[in-house]
Amino acid sequence: MNTTEAELAVKRVNARTRGTRRSLAVIGKETAAGYLFMAPSLVLFAVFLFYPLAKSVYLSMYLTDPRGRVAMFVGLDNFISLFRADAFWNSLLVTLKFTAFTVPTGLLAALLLAALTFGRLRGMRAFRFIFSLPVALSVSTSSVIWSMLYHPTTGTLNYFLSKLGIAPVQWLTDPAWALVSVSIMTIWMNSGFSYIVLLSGLQGIADDIFDSARIDGAGPFRSFVQILVPLVSPTLFFLCVISVMSAFQSFGQMNILTKGGPAGSTEVFVYSIYKEAFINYQFGTGSALALVLFAFILLLTLLQFRLGERKVHYH
Amino acid sequence: MTTLLPRPALLLLRRLMHYAILAICALAVIYPLVYTAFASFMTPDESAQYPPKLLPSHLYLGSFRTVLDLVPLQTFVLNSFVISAAVMLGQIITASMAAYAFVYVSFRGRAFWFAVFIATMMIPWEVTVIPNYLTVKAWGWLDTYQGMIVPFLASGFGVFLLRQFFLQLPRELHEAAKIDGCGHVRHFTGIVLPLSRPALASLGVYAFLNAWNMYLWPLLVTNSDTMRTVQIGISMLQFQEVTVWNLVLAGVTLVLLPSMLLLALGLKQLVGGLTAGAVKG
Repeated sequence: MNTTEAELAVKRVNARTRGTRRSLAVIGKETAAGYLFMAPSLVLFAVFLFYPLAKSVYLSMYLTDPRGRVAMFVGLDNFISLFRADAFWNSLLVTLKFTAFTVPTGLLAALLLAALTFGRLRGMRAFRFIFSLPVALSVSTSSVIWSMLYHPTTGTLNYFLSKLGIAPVQWLTDPAWALVSVSIMTIWMNSGFSYIVLLSGLQGIADDIFDSARIDGAGPFRSFVQILVPLVSPTLFFLCVISVMSAFQSFGQMNILTKGGPAGSTEVFVYSIYKEAFINYQFGTGSALALVLFAFILLLTLLQFRLGERKVHYH
Repeated sequence: MTTLLPRPALLLLRRLMHYAILAICALAVIYPLVYTAFASFMTPDESAQYPPKLLPSHLYLGSFRTVLDLVPLQTFVLNSFVISAAVMLGQIITASMAAYAFVYVSFRGRAFWFAVFIATMMIPWEVTVIPNYLTVKAWGWLDTYQGMIVPFLASGFGVFLLRQFFLQLPRELHEAAKIDGCGHVRHFTGIVLPLSRPALASLGVYAFLNAWNMYLWPLLVTNSDTMRTVQIGISMLQFQEVTVWNLVLAGVTLVLLPSMLLLALGLKQLVGGLTAGAVKG
């Protein structure tokens, strides 16, 4: 036993050294090929991602003039003044609230729709197309459409409410309602993407699992909670991470619908960055804000991986 | 319930409820779009009525004509199309090349660079927007096509998606190509790319829609009507002095048509394709 193992090991080493000698030229060629194939992406990332990231760090420690030129080194003062400003904490709170309003509701709605349309019932193709439709919509078209629906006097939403005998709501101008309204519109806009991803995830699950559940007498509610949700949990987890990221990065709907108002009630993080950098031309503090946003997204994502991965059921 | 009703009746009832719920949900999802389409066929008088009219009395096409006269919507659409098509092509090329390197070329540092590429997905676009704006401005690229195309030509997501797909291609093909003395370039263009058409199409649809729907960047780097994209043009409509609703919504309808068409054609590619590699590690 021992001898054969030793012999084998010697053979293996010999083979390896012979192989190395023969393939040194090949290795060089492979490396060149590898870098050549990566080059286009790598150059673009370097110029438009890594350099800007480093420059953001640099800018965040300076005061700048309106043309973006560095005027004075201030160290961490930009960050300190940020953390002292109420506006910063307000936009953080608004962003967190916005995330809490949109992510769980949006995922639940998409999951329900996917569960309802995933079987082979008649007419499902039409329903699938309808539920996917919002994926083709952009932030700006969705916002313009909803600004019409939310219009206080001529909007149809208030008209329907009045038919139900409910007093009209000042959707976008009432500080108590504005963020809710923006969230409703965002859930609608994002539902298409989540729906498509969940539907794809569900189609990877064999039909017979549901058939056998049905034969076992599991009702629709039980098979949803006990079978479907665990099976689709990897997809759900992926979507949750993506949705939190995109909630933290939303900007367009606030810019079009409310301009961050009324009274800062919809001023999310990215809107603050935009205001600071491109309306007030404070690129230094704008960069500081952007870096704080980056840190938050990173932290939240790591946290989700720490907490979520354990609960996800990979099959 | 099971004891009260015979089994077929129970199934029928369940199915009916299923359809009823679906119908209500479908109505809620589609209502804003139907409303938009209907309102764009209304005459200005109809759209200003209270209580609001829900259906147009006849197919009035005047709003479309007026909105096309008021704003250069054709130019906006053309701009968006040029930008989105270029970004789509560029991302397919750069991403498939990099993905090829990560799957078929064995070189030192491959794992490291792959980790770097994955890490790019973690950097939010907003963090780089200020320096990128300054870069593009310094290069004199404000208000140009290249200013809106070049920063988006590479995609970490695209590389990841295609890598996962390439990994699923049969390994024997690669071995056979190697034995035939087929170089990397020929292997890439002759075998891997043609076999990956479904994945390339998924990435294409995704990249095109994303570029078509971009908002913040074009808002920052364009300032003339000739370079505006659809998305900025549409939100400008709302703030024009003539805020006649049906005009705005007629514009929205026109802008929505191409993306709806693309969705109808590419939905099958999107379902399944997008998550083929992304979900399971």
